[in-house]
Amino acid sequence: MARDDYEVVIGLEVHAELSTKTKIFCSCSTEFGGAPNTHCCPVCMGMPGALPVLNEKVVEYGVKAGLATNCEISRNSKSDRKNYFYPDTPKAYQISQYDKPLCENGFVEIEDDEGNPKTIRLLRIHIEDDAGKLNHDEFGGGSLVDLNRAGVPLIESVSMPDMRSAGEAERYLRKLKSIFEYIEVSDCKMQEGSLRADVNVSVRKKGATEFGTRTEMKNMSSFRSIVRAIEYESNRQIDLIEEGGVVEQESLRWDDVSGRTFPMRSKEDAEDYRYFPDPDLVAIRLSDEYIENIKKNLPELPESRKQRYMSELGLSEKDARLITASKYLSDLFEGTKNVCGNAKLSANWILSDISRILNEKEMEPDQIPFTAEQLGKMIVLIEKGTISSAIGKKVLTELFENPNDPEEIVKANGWIQISDESAIKEVVMQVLEANPQSIADFKAGKDKALGFLVGQAMKATKGKANPQMLNKMFIEELNK
Amino acid sequence: MQVSREQLLHIANLSRLNLKEEEIDNYLENLQEILTFAEKVNSAPVDGLGETIGANNKYNAFRKDEVVAFDDIEALLQNAPSEEFGMFKIPKVIQ
Amino acid sequence: MNITELTVHELQEKIASKELTVSEIVKAYSDRIDEKEKDINAFVTILTDDAIAKAKKIDEKINNGQAISGFEGIPIGIKDNMCTKGIKTTCSSKMLENFVAPYDATVIENLNKEGLISLGKLNMDEFAMGSSTENSAIKKTRNPWNLNTVPGGSSGGSAAAVAANMVPWALGSDTGGSIRQPASLCGVVGLKPTYGLVSRYGLVAYASSLDQIGPITKDVYDNAMLLNLITGHDPKDSTSMDLPKPDYTKALKNDVKGLKIAVPKEFFAEGLNPEVKAKLEEAMDKYRSLGAIVEEVSLDISEYSLATYYIISCAEASSNLGRFDGIRYGYRSENGETLRDIYFNSRSEGFGPEVKRRIILGTYVLSSGYYDAYYKKAQQARTLITNEFDKVFKDYDVILAPTSPTVAFEFNSKSSPLEMYLADIYTVPVNVAGLPGISIPCGVDKSGMPVGMQLIGNKFQEETILNAAYTYEQATNFRANFKPEFKK
Repeated sequence: MARDDYEVVIGLEVHAELSTKTKIFCSCSTEFGGAPNTHCCPVCMGMPGALPVLNEKVVEYGVKAGLATNCEISRNSKSDRKNYFYPDTPKAYQISQYDKPLCENGFVEIEDDEGNPKTIRLLRIHIEDDAGKLNHDEFGGGSLVDLNRAGVPLIESVSMPDMRSAGEAERYLRKLKSIFEYIEVSDCKMQEGSLRADVNVSVRKKGATEFGTRTEMKNMSSFRSIVRAIEYESNRQIDLIEEGGVVEQESLRWDDVSGRTFPMRSKEDAEDYRYFPDPDLVAIRLSDEYIENIKKNLPELPESRKQRYMSELGLSEKDARLITASKYLSDLFEGTKNVCGNAKLSANWILSDISRILNEKEMEPDQIPFTAEQLGKMIVLIEKGTISSAIGKKVLTELFENPNDPEEIVKANGWIQISDESAIKEVVMQVLEANPQSIADFKAGKDKALGFLVGQAMKATKGKANPQMLNKMFIEELNK
Repeated sequence: MQVSREQLLHIANLSRLNLKEEEIDNYLENLQEILTFAEKVNSAPVDGLGETIGANNKYNAFRKDEVVAFDDIEALLQNAPSEEFGMFKIPKVIQ
Repeated sequence: MNITELTVHELQEKIASKELTVSEIVKAYSDRIDEKEKDINAFVTILTDDAIAKAKKIDEKINNGQAISGFEGIPIGIKDNMCTKGIKTTCSSKMLENFVAPYDATVIENLNKEGLISLGKLNMDEFAMGSSTENSAIKKTRNPWNLNTVPGGSSGGSAAAVAANMVPWALGSDTGGSIRQPASLCGVVGLKPTYGLVSRYGLVAYASSLDQIGPITKDVYDNAMLLNLITGHDPKDSTSMDLPKPDYTKALKNDVKGLKIAVPKEFFAEGLNPEVKAKLEEAMDKYRSLGAIVEEVSLDISEYSLATYYIISCAEASSNLGRFDGIRYGYRSENGETLRDIYFNSRSEGFGPEVKRRIILGTYVLSSGYYDAYYKKAQQARTLITNEFDKVFKDYDVILAPTSPTVAFEFNSKSSPLEMYLADIYTVPVNVAGLPGISIPCGVDKSGMPVGMQLIGNKFQEETILNAAYTYEQATNFRANFKPEFKK
């Protein structure tokens, strides 16, 4: 049988660090970075006798996330201990939620591989504490435990196994990321590890009703790795079955370098987390009023922004959808538009050149180094004719490299557009003189020749000539 | 419930405890005796009763999201059996 | 005047009237500890040098005419499972033999604020697991009434030190009887407050849903005073209750007329030593003569209470004690190379046999396939036990029961762990239901060993049981009639 005869089934457990000021169970800062073990206290270090007290914002953010993903919010939930020994887990248990999570039975909408709408169901969202970090000791050959991250609040969103391709999994994760960004519960910076996913993959023959045995790839933190890992792992499972083997339920580690998965632990240490209610914490009871209040104050979600961009700003459905896919892009768009007053141009710059550069640099929108004000000002410079669009592209490249006021950039590089008629005329005459063939071509009806001539003139002025003036003047001269 | 030697060793492993050969029989006997006693809990007429979680009915004990840095960071490391660069040193962990 | 025989309220009077200086008091205790520690072995850490220095400063304040608060300069002993910044907190375990806590427990902060002076940290069963203090990895504490017998446990060091006049009063902790049972065996007063009344922040956890810190004192008045010092809502402990804070000494009315006392017949059945039973029956008569109404009731919970207690406490302990892994603090084994070795060897070498036994039992009852049969059942039984107590408290104010089935027993006299667990049969139901209970002496047996009586109240009814205890104490005056003899 061929791989095409199989269906891949994917479920995601997505961990998002909440952007609260303090940790989930103590008053230590959640700030990223900082010298090792300095954002710590007896509670998050698991000192004897220390006790957890739940951060009210964590509950609020959890409820926000649940409401934004169409979940039912539990009126009564509790915290449970998940017991396991690992050096990054100072209490030897994680405080999570087992049978009474904060949010249940939600869904988000994505597109399938054919572009049709598809619903991915969320089983639950619960709150829990993050683990610390193990650093490799370059000198002594050991590992070093840093607990700054221990106790940073997480929400874990568990999807149903509703995805059927790596593409769907990616779109689901992007959607979830975007929602969390919009409602401002997490900055979702994957490169800083504040958004990570455990990816569950199984395969089954097309048409089968039972699920196959799944494997779980832990702690994935880039879209590219997730797509590659799903493709690798589903193929590995299919090949295994085809060879008469049996997929074993296990946790795997994806290795980006070799492009393979490896089992994480031996049989001997089979997991048994011995969940039980944490006796140090009390029940969480939420009133309808509390939940209603959060619902009322939920920030505008992507779908609503998209509608507004279409109806009020005249963007196409496609452009509106692409921009609102990321809160960072959408915020950049709104900021830029407010500065330059031109929604269409703002959208064009973001969706063409900026998106292309992000792609080339393998960057996420949240890593864009310049501000909406800077981009807006650049567009103003183009509209005023101070610089050409071609120079605009150069300014944009510069904004990515050394973000600064575009006017400064233009000045510093001597990129101010040549709009002086006599100067333009001089260039036009020089180019015409050097390209008699193009003149002939133009006269023979080949319109392309005009473009070539303009290009040559731009080249000669290092892109500084006003393109409209060039165009106009070439036509005038050619028609003489 | 009868506890097997194998079960005891599994539980000890979960608890990160080594049991010496000479301890095993003793622990097995104690565990069996205590569990048999613990099964008295099954004689309690509990049908339909909820579970008591915690000894009081308190709920919603929350804390404000305000940073208070711990006042003696150094004291947090002073008990470390092995420390380097302000971190707890352990044998190399292969992740 | 024998300073160390005075109660704290007597000491306060002597300080106020300038009959005694704080230095004289602290010196007296320092001498007493020097004299008796070799027999009693109550202390893990002795802080008398530090205490003498502090006493001097307070006396200077007094001499300068500065006002001091009511408890400034009053010495105290602390069970060694409460975190004290800069001072070792060992839990009487090899695991924490050299552990210096980076912070003070909330109760310690409270005492420091009032200006009390710590004489030292007191011995206990390792991690508070035991009923004889024989499980201490540091030393074996002896009972001042008979040095061949145990002081009870787990707060054996605290109770023995109070009984031997080595400290005027002490803090203990009680998970299944660990304050009341040693108080009973040592002839002193010990109270376990309602769960949630005293902050657990900084108390090294044995079983989080059962642990409470409480006072061990020479008399009931001192007990009420020390309770005043440690109660109150603590935002650092989620289970701490936010309630109005009464002055417990105000509840000591020396009057029990009309007080309804329930005597559950199941607590007086097989297993209770006849001499202990006889003393309790005398106490019932005394209450009747004082105008209380004493009636027999049925409270058939003791057997499955004990089962429930051991399931829940061990389950919680197995999780609470996971953090002792030799990585951030505590004992790290020298044996082995790998991370796995550090975990297994540090824990196996650092914990004593009883602690390991309870971790194993707790891990077992929580493990996959057994949770429902044990842990879930126990949680349900807990509801049942609470309901059964509620029924009694509908009609009665206080439940009178034995504290311990026997007087103090000899070292190594219990043949199995289970037999030792049975020593807690009358005290654990109180923890399981989260109620307050006090043990006060009610006489001695033929061999001259003290017998304890337990008074159990409804939730947050400490005032009721303290008054009942006080009234009985005033009528019988145990301390005037009996003293520990340090029999060898």
